[in-house]
Amino acid sequence: MITFTINGKEVRGQDGWTILEVARWNGIEIPTLCHHGALEPYGACRLCVVEVNDGKRSRVVISCMYPIRPGIQVQTESPRVANVRRWIIQLLLDESPESPKIQELAKTFGVTPSRFKKAGVDFACHLCGLCVRACQEVVGVQVLTFGNRGLRKAITSPFNAASKECLGCGTCTYICPTGAMDQVFQRVKG
Amino acid sequence: MSVTFKALENILEHYPPSSEHLISALQDVQAKFKYLPPEAMTAVCDHLGVPLSRGWAVATFYKTFSLEPQGEHDVAVCLGTACHVRGAHNVYEKFRRELEITGQEGTTRDLKFSLRQVRCLGCCSMAPVAQVDEEIHGNLSQRKAGHLLRTYRTR
Amino acid sequence: MQITSIDDLQKAKGTGLNQLYPDKPKILVGMATCGRAAGAQRVYDLLHKKAQQEHWDGVVEKTGCIGFCYKEPLVDAIFPGKPRITYGEVTPEIAGALWEELAAGRIPEKQIMARLDMDDMVLNGGPRKFFKGKLKGFLAKTPRYEDLDFFKLQRHIAMRNCGFIDPDNLLHYIARGGYFPLYTTLTTMTPEEVINVVTFAGLRGRGGGGFPTGVKWASCRKAQGWPKYVLCNADEGDPGAYMDRSLIEGDPHAILEGMLIGAYAIGSSEGYIYVRAEYPLAVKTLQRAILSAREAGLLGENIFGTGFNFDIKLNLGGGAFVCGESTALMASIEGKPGEPRAKYVHTVDKGLWNRPSNLNNVETWANVPVIIGKGADWYRDIGTEGSKGTKIFSLVGQVKNVGLVEVPMGVSIKDLVMQVGGGVPENREFKAIQIGGPSGGCIPKEHWDLPIDFDSLWDAGAIMGSGGMIVMDNSTCMVDVAKFFLDFLIDESCGKCIPCRLGLKRMREILEEFSAGKGSLADLDEMESLSEAVKDGSLCALGGSAPNPVLTTLRYFREEYEAHILQQKCPAAVCKELITYTINPELCNGCTACVAECPQDAITGDKKKPHSLDTSLCIKCGACFEVCKFGAVAVA
Ligand SMILES: Cc1cc2nc3c(=O)[nH]c(=O)nc-3n(C[C@H](O)[C@H](O)[C@H](O)COP(=O)(O)O)c2cc1C
Ligand code: SF4
Ligand code: SF4
Ligand code: SF4
Ligand code: FES
Ligand code: FES
Ligand code: FES
Repeated sequence: MITFTINGKEVRGQDGWTILEVARWNGIEIPTLCHHGALEPYGACRLCVVEVNDGKRSRVVISCMYPIRPGIQVQTESPRVANVRRWIIQLLLDESPESPKIQELAKTFGVTPSRFKKAGVDFACHLCGLCVRACQEVVGVQVLTFGNRGLRKAITSPFNAASKECLGCGTCTYICPTGAMDQVFQRVKG
Repeated sequence: MSVTFKALENILEHYPPSSEHLISALQDVQAKFKYLPPEAMTAVCDHLGVPLSRGWAVATFYKTFSLEPQGEHDVAVCLGTACHVRGAHNVYEKFRRELEITGQEGTTRDLKFSLRQVRCLGCCSMAPVAQVDEEIHGNLSQRKAGHLLRTYRTR
Repeated sequence: MQITSIDDLQKAKGTGLNQLYPDKPKILVGMATCGRAAGAQRVYDLLHKKAQQEHWDGVVEKTGCIGFCYKEPLVDAIFPGKPRITYGEVTPEIAGALWEELAAGRIPEKQIMARLDMDDMVLNGGPRKFFKGKLKGFLAKTPRYEDLDFFKLQRHIAMRNCGFIDPDNLLHYIARGGYFPLYTTLTTMTPEEVINVVTFAGLRGRGGGGFPTGVKWASCRKAQGWPKYVLCNADEGDPGAYMDRSLIEGDPHAILEGMLIGAYAIGSSEGYIYVRAEYPLAVKTLQRAILSAREAGLLGENIFGTGFNFDIKLNLGGGAFVCGESTALMASIEGKPGEPRAKYVHTVDKGLWNRPSNLNNVETWANVPVIIGKGADWYRDIGTEGSKGTKIFSLVGQVKNVGLVEVPMGVSIKDLVMQVGGGVPENREFKAIQIGGPSGGCIPKEHWDLPIDFDSLWDAGAIMGSGGMIVMDNSTCMVDVAKFFLDFLIDESCGKCIPCRLGLKRMREILEEFSAGKGSLADLDEMESLSEAVKDGSLCALGGSAPNPVLTTLRYFREEYEAHILQQKCPAAVCKELITYTINPELCNGCTACVAECPQDAITGDKKKPHSLDTSLCIKCGACFEVCKFGAVAVA
């Protein structure tokens, strides 16, 4: 058993657990987007950030991957954490102002669209990669992948074409938090 | 150059079937055909035993790969920091205007030139610099850039 | 030639020395990439052909970059009993004339840049004098290397062989003391001793972060798991930096030997060098070096008969800056897209193929043989308290002497720019120096007394980075520079995490408003809070350090931002939205040069009469400004 604190409260967990797991076990809310209990963590959305002090220095880390260590002090609402979280939600909201999941997050954290808000994108993909991981880890094929990089990064299949390997199972659309997969799915399953 | 079985075979025989060689093998294909023809990409993935989706991810992630045929002359204009502070952007715009490239990078309609940006060719002492095919041209100005293209056009 | 014992090594050294300094004249041509770009290949071909045709009793050889990039192509003449003479700007056109003289045994005075009285042979027990007695005539008056402002402050340790040896010749490397440190390591030291020496020497990583090398090795040695990998980062993606390339092109065996010593210390038998495919000459040079080391038995099994095995594979990167990041680099070697991953478990424990892996930069590796050969005390004497040894910088941009310079840590920015670099050109004014590339910062004149070492740069908001130093003068706009680096990073971001992918884009959007004279002072605060979010929230150090150029320009050049926002002015006359080109009728003599260049036909006028420029047509390409010889085109 490893003992440490979250927001000053003493908590315990098994070696190998993440901060997020222990927090949830103790009913402490941390927002997430790219995390899913059934899949390998990916660490892309950064929404689940917390501040960890290990006695030497204080760092902002992601709770969905950071393995718990004895004696660390975790803050889930520190000013640095709040700043990162606010900006991530702001950026997501401006990218896809109509997405229900993002609107919900924005409401919870009191974020409103800015002047850089995009018009006409309902279901922007946030590249959380849940679909890619589900396709590979749950379904057992590797139809979907990230294509390109940077701002052009997108979920695709090879050559952006229908795939022979796709089973048409729809797991990816089911797991997608934003609804963006629906369109890709239509193209991929052929 | 058409994608022959033989040409591919020559490349693939260097690589034991392991995913480790994906990037190197694709680089050989790129060097050979100047782009990654779909059938070649599929063959490489089959040979190495990696899913095609991985091949696609790699081919679109790294800048050295292109999915479309490239122009006869490769014009790589340096937009590295040293070149930038010596006015490389104006030179780049000159190339774009002259070649009538609509996007940031691209190939001319007659497939004569492909224009692309690179960051530092390691000749910062001659900034601004461009590399046409294998040859480096330094201390460029807009006017020199114009001359340069004219010499390659008539080659 | 097999080298499996100290006798073999001594023999190789003897042969090598005879080749380096034969009893006949020798001509050296600097053939690193920048030399080639300036025409060195043609110079070499010409000299080589002449030598053959005329059955010249001498040697024409290629060598790497000694750093004088602004005087390329470089040709050196080494005549027995004479100082080594360096000729600068030997273009193919004048190489023939130079040949006539040299072939006749004469040392011509024209184009001489400097002389070298001895070869200091860092690793080989003291200098080798080229001649005895006193010099006469113009040779006596020719400045020595160490008399030149460019060289006075320099000290070549990592670059010790660059410009001296033929990089493809293993024997040349051995002649100057190479592979002796490896022999010492394998035959007289325990791995722990090696680690202690490197730790005590105070060597810190030259790839950017400045992490203590010995400490990294020790963790990797301790890590559980087998096999262990030793990696060399030769991805050098920093735009405006080319030290690593030059080291590889000039002295590849120094890197191999460093890796061999590191591998022994860590307990590894497999190494990888990850090198950019955009560096074709470097790739070829490494390939040849690995082959020749293998043939000699210096790579492979049972090296020097000690039972130590180590071999190196070469891996080519594919044009992705982010692949310089350790976890992305490892993903790339594994044949995947170069996406970084969280490092909560360190790569020394779980790196390449999830095995313990130790990654160091090219220059870091190149320093290792010297530390072993000369000892930690010798090395510690160079540099500052917290940063030992030397650092190579590529000193570029608006500076007279552009080139590669290796100086002891602790030299001030001012000395580097004004003395080594010879200052900024033609009555312009030094404004700032950009250090550390896209993750670094811009340091203004007020701080140019700052000693260059890891810690003072960090305090100033910049980082040592890999060693790019771009000098900027008053024609550079700091808002534009911030935009430039963001553009680069947006282009190179892997796109995995949101703070980097979308945060940098937002920063760019705000900057775009500034450079168009829009936005408000409140946006500057917004920019700072977003910068903090990107720094704290990003997965890897690409995003984590991306705001640095913005933050340092904001810190040191706030008035320049304010001029854009409040007065709609770009003081450096760079930001296109805020400048106009006009023709001053008093200076224009109607030469019509600009008319031909203007892509918009915006300039009209009669021959020999002052011209006028229609600003409504002007796209601000600056072509007229560039061609006008009379300074009649004004931009403000
Ligand atoms: C985006 C990014 C790019 C990097 N590029 C390089 C590079 O081109 N060369 C390099 O040696 N290190 C680079 N680094 C640093 C490496 O990750 C790593 O710290 C270094 O190679 C370790 O070697 P050292 O301790 O010898 O410096 C980069 C880091 C980041 C985050
Ligand atoms: S399509 Fe949906 S599940 Fe897939 S990456 Fe995008 S948002 Fe995530
Ligand atoms: S910080 Fe940028 S480069 Fe690094 S993982 Fe995130 S998106 Fe990729
Ligand atoms: S180049 Fe200068 S001098 Fe000549 S016409 Fe143009 S503005 Fe006048
Ligand atoms: S939930 Fe942790 S990074 Fe996305
Ligand atoms: S920045 Fe252009 S060659 Fe280095
Ligand atoms: S590359 Fe030759 S002196 Fe710099």
